[in-house]
Amino acid sequence: MTALQERPEQADRHDRGLSETDTERQSYLRAGHSLGSWFFTRDHKRIAILYLFAITAFFMIGGAAAALMRLDLLTSAGDLLTNEGYNRAFTIHGVIMVWFFLIPSIPNTFGNFLVPLMIGARDLAFPRLNLLSWYIFVLAGGFTLFVLIAGGVDTGWTFYTPLSSMFSHGNVVLAAVAVFIAGFSSILTGLNFIVTVHKLRCPGMTWDRLPLFVWAIYATSLILVLATPVLSITLVLIAAERLFGLGIFDPKLGGDPLLYQHLFWFYSHPAVYIMVLPALGVVSELVAAAARKPVFGYKFVAGSSIAIAVIGFFVWGHHMFVAGQSMYASAVFSFLSLAVAVPSGIKVYNWAATLYKGHISLDPPFLYGMTFIGLFVVGGLTGLMLAMLAVDVHVHDTYFVVAHFHYIMVGGTVSAFFGALHYWWPKIVGRTYPLVWGRLAAIFIFLGFNLTFFPQFLLGYLGMPRRYHVYAPEFQMLHVLSSAGASLLGLAYLMPLVYLTWSMRYGAPAGDNPWDATGLEWTTPSPPPKHNFDEIPVVDRPPYDYEIEMEGEDG
Amino acid sequence: MSGPLSLWPEQASGYGGEIDLFVIAFTVLIAALSAPVFVVIVLFAAKYRRGRPADREHPQDRNVWLEVSWSIIPFFALIGFFVWSTDLFARLYHPPKDALEIDVVARQWMWKFQHPEGQSEINELHVPTGEPVKLVMASQDVIHSLYIPALRLKQDVVPGRYTVLWFNADKPGTYRLACAEFCGTDHSVMGGSFVVQTPAEYARWLQQSTVDRSLAAQGGALFRGRGCSGCHGPASTVKAPPLEGLFGKPVALEGGATIIADEQYIRDSILLPQKQVAAGYPAIMPTFENVLSEEDVLKIVAYIKSLGPGDLTQ
Amino acid sequence: MAETRSVAEPYRDARQQRDAAMLGMYVFLGSEIMLFGGLFAVAAVMRLLHPAEVVEASKALHVWIGAVNTAVLLTSSLFVALAVDCAKGGRRRGTGAWLFSAASLGAVFLAIKVYEYSLEHAEGLLPGLGAPLKVSTPVQRAFMDLYLVATGLHALHLLIGILLLLVIAIRAASGRLLLPERAIVPVTAGLYWHLVDVIWVFLYPILYLAR
Repeated sequence: MTALQERPEQADRHDRGLSETDTERQSYLRAGHSLGSWFFTRDHKRIAILYLFAITAFFMIGGAAAALMRLDLLTSAGDLLTNEGYNRAFTIHGVIMVWFFLIPSIPNTFGNFLVPLMIGARDLAFPRLNLLSWYIFVLAGGFTLFVLIAGGVDTGWTFYTPLSSMFSHGNVVLAAVAVFIAGFSSILTGLNFIVTVHKLRCPGMTWDRLPLFVWAIYATSLILVLATPVLSITLVLIAAERLFGLGIFDPKLGGDPLLYQHLFWFYSHPAVYIMVLPALGVVSELVAAAARKPVFGYKFVAGSSIAIAVIGFFVWGHHMFVAGQSMYASAVFSFLSLAVAVPSGIKVYNWAATLYKGHISLDPPFLYGMTFIGLFVVGGLTGLMLAMLAVDVHVHDTYFVVAHFHYIMVGGTVSAFFGALHYWWPKIVGRTYPLVWGRLAAIFIFLGFNLTFFPQFLLGYLGMPRRYHVYAPEFQMLHVLSSAGASLLGLAYLMPLVYLTWSMRYGAPAGDNPWDATGLEWTTPSPPPKHNFDEIPVVDRPPYDYEIEMEGEDG
Repeated sequence: MSGPLSLWPEQASGYGGEIDLFVIAFTVLIAALSAPVFVVIVLFAAKYRRGRPADREHPQDRNVWLEVSWSIIPFFALIGFFVWSTDLFARLYHPPKDALEIDVVARQWMWKFQHPEGQSEINELHVPTGEPVKLVMASQDVIHSLYIPALRLKQDVVPGRYTVLWFNADKPGTYRLACAEFCGTDHSVMGGSFVVQTPAEYARWLQQSTVDRSLAAQGGALFRGRGCSGCHGPASTVKAPPLEGLFGKPVALEGGATIIADEQYIRDSILLPQKQVAAGYPAIMPTFENVLSEEDVLKIVAYIKSLGPGDLTQ
Repeated sequence: MAETRSVAEPYRDARQQRDAAMLGMYVFLGSEIMLFGGLFAVAAVMRLLHPAEVVEASKALHVWIGAVNTAVLLTSSLFVALAVDCAKGGRRRGTGAWLFSAASLGAVFLAIKVYEYSLEHAEGLLPGLGAPLKVSTPVQRAFMDLYLVATGLHALHLLIGILLLLVIAIRAASGRLLLPERAIVPVTAGLYWHLVDVIWVFLYPILYLAR
């Protein structure tokens, strides 16, 4: 590990934490100490930190709602919450987790922090717009919390009509407005990334040298920009329906409730890829760094991100196999959904092949990476099961679906989020954290997750519908198992919060490149200075250029 | 019903068995596709652990044919399963002509079932074994979804249209029935039981449930009471299309199109009369949107279906 | 977009900055197209489900008012194009004058639109505004709902465009906007204006000429 020798101020290590290193003194973290220097910053790295705080808060709120639900589900009669209370709890959980944690999680924190660093730029293309999107996001999030907690919404995050438009007595209009506002933040962020990747790459950073994380963020941004407006207009129509009695989705006024579902899923299925594509990008980085080898089949992995983004726009109908759409439409959507499996499969197999004959490290980020692969594979393959029409008729809207998308969203995206956090944390704060604790947390998350969600596959196949808090007694044992797993998972999620915070003050200085990885972000000091690079770098080699591995030397 | 832990759902129809078979076969496939990934990751992580001596010589970092093969081969396997599952699914769209028809009306938060002989029941559905049963379903308010796990079947019930679910139950017993589409406050208690009986038991049950008239007869009373017969009756002076023997026949529409007169068409003609106007007739029928409940409409549909040629003379 | 005199922070040179602004505007317009695309999809579905009644409903709209408005908007786009030409040539006055004329035509469009709404309101065609509705069928009602949402959203976009053009016109005429160096500002605003115009060119046949 050459990085160990490069750590600055070895002599001071007994006094670590209290003494500030030279690098830190010049870093973006110390460039201004006033509140204003944070809240009016245009530095992409500081905006990333602002996002990190915001989404951590939302993750905890969404998690609290989940804890409440799991507690209520311990008994089959749902003794803890009222029917209305349970409905509100899962609506809060869904709305907050989808729009205020999962969608912004990786793109808005790590994308913001890393994309300019990775492509050799000083900032995103539109720094002021970037700060504006954060304010819009926080405004929308705060408004949503107010609506969900003060008034309550009981429609689920899907806002299906005519329940949401005609029958719900919650604050559907305000919730729709909040999500609508959050959409602007998504669009502006996506726009910023697209322009940045197109126009601000440093000399020599050609498209076939872009890090795979940047490819993934680019593909995600395309979806953000093109799918979000469709959700916006759909929400406008729902609000108009409630406020003015417009009837575009109301069968009594000549409208069509299925039309709502088409529009909603036209956004919300690609939104799944907004959540998971950045995670796939993170894992590609992690796997290469873990194996210290070039990613196997770089072009296939990069291209598969774009393929997933494109095909993802044409599979929305697989949410509606039993909704009453035509049989032929269902068959087409079923087939296209299978097609998405191909690029996803390419990624998984290529990661496995990347590990072949590598120098594999089991440090925390890479454990999270492997956790991701395992859980994503299970989630993806059960997704194929759901794409099979005849099976979906049985398990649609049951816990099988719940388990499936949690394997993708939580097992996948959240694991990748933690992987990214552990991998780039030394770059972000300039300090290392205790690796043992990192490994323990990763293992607990893996175990807790499987204990929580695997029983839900069984529950779903047994016929337990989702969004039920009063259920048949024969389901109770599996629900108790699931709740037990959720407690373990919840504690495991809190662990990094403790040791990462601890490391900011007491961790050893990290050095520029603690993992010995390639990529422009590791050529900057940790933490990087405000302007990232003193000189704009020039790239003259392919990505993941780990040369020594090709010679067969042992480490 | 079993104890607090069960791992495989009960099964009440042959179709359910076929679904189970499919699921087991598919699980084997996905296990075969994913097991190599898991094994290889663990194996590599152990064998090529950083700092551990191993032969790490390898010629190149990519192999297009390898990549293409591991994308294409699983895909072909999937296509096989796609054909199998789509075939199972397509059967759901072709109920047998002679199926026993039961009308279903869903509303917040109860199920109402109406048998052709006029018996109706709430949150409980009795059906005979060995006979195909076709449910014609309508919703009074929001979207619901009738879910019978023992049959491995569900179908959304959408306001403004009829949806259909058919099955052939073959194992007597009492099973669960639930609403699977979130429908508001009491969604999780909008369930009941699905009772499969031998034909003899079913016949006895029908007799015990007191009714005065069959569904079609009740529809006939509505047909006269609501004034439909004023225009559609044989003695009418208004030019309205005759309804005898209409059901199942093609109808020529204003504008040249043709439509089969199914339940949905009759329902739309009552509630949205301007939607499809029969050719050669003035579009003067008023809507009965706010006059008739979904149950009433189903009864009138049953009446019109029961009309053979010349039945309206009475 | 940054309007500093020199090259702003993340950029290496003026050309890169200009390219980024252009691309940013194009991406934004792509997003806008998807926004209205949702409404066009609704219109298409409605047409497929109820062909005859949509034709009937469309006949109730004032086709000639719509036609006049189409002409007004197309002319305004021409003015914007002339303004962009002036801006690239560094002619401050011309830029300001053409932009101002285009914005005025936008205002004329809105005035005509308001007049049209008031006519429809009086005829009992517009939902949600208190007056008794005289629509004959539920589908006509849904069609008028769609009409109101689509034209209302378009009018909102136009209003934003008018304000944008006015601000740029004043800055250009007074010399606070350096021309031709910062011609990118009227160019990107012009792109937005053209898009709002094009959206109307699609809305007009879909709503008024669906007969």
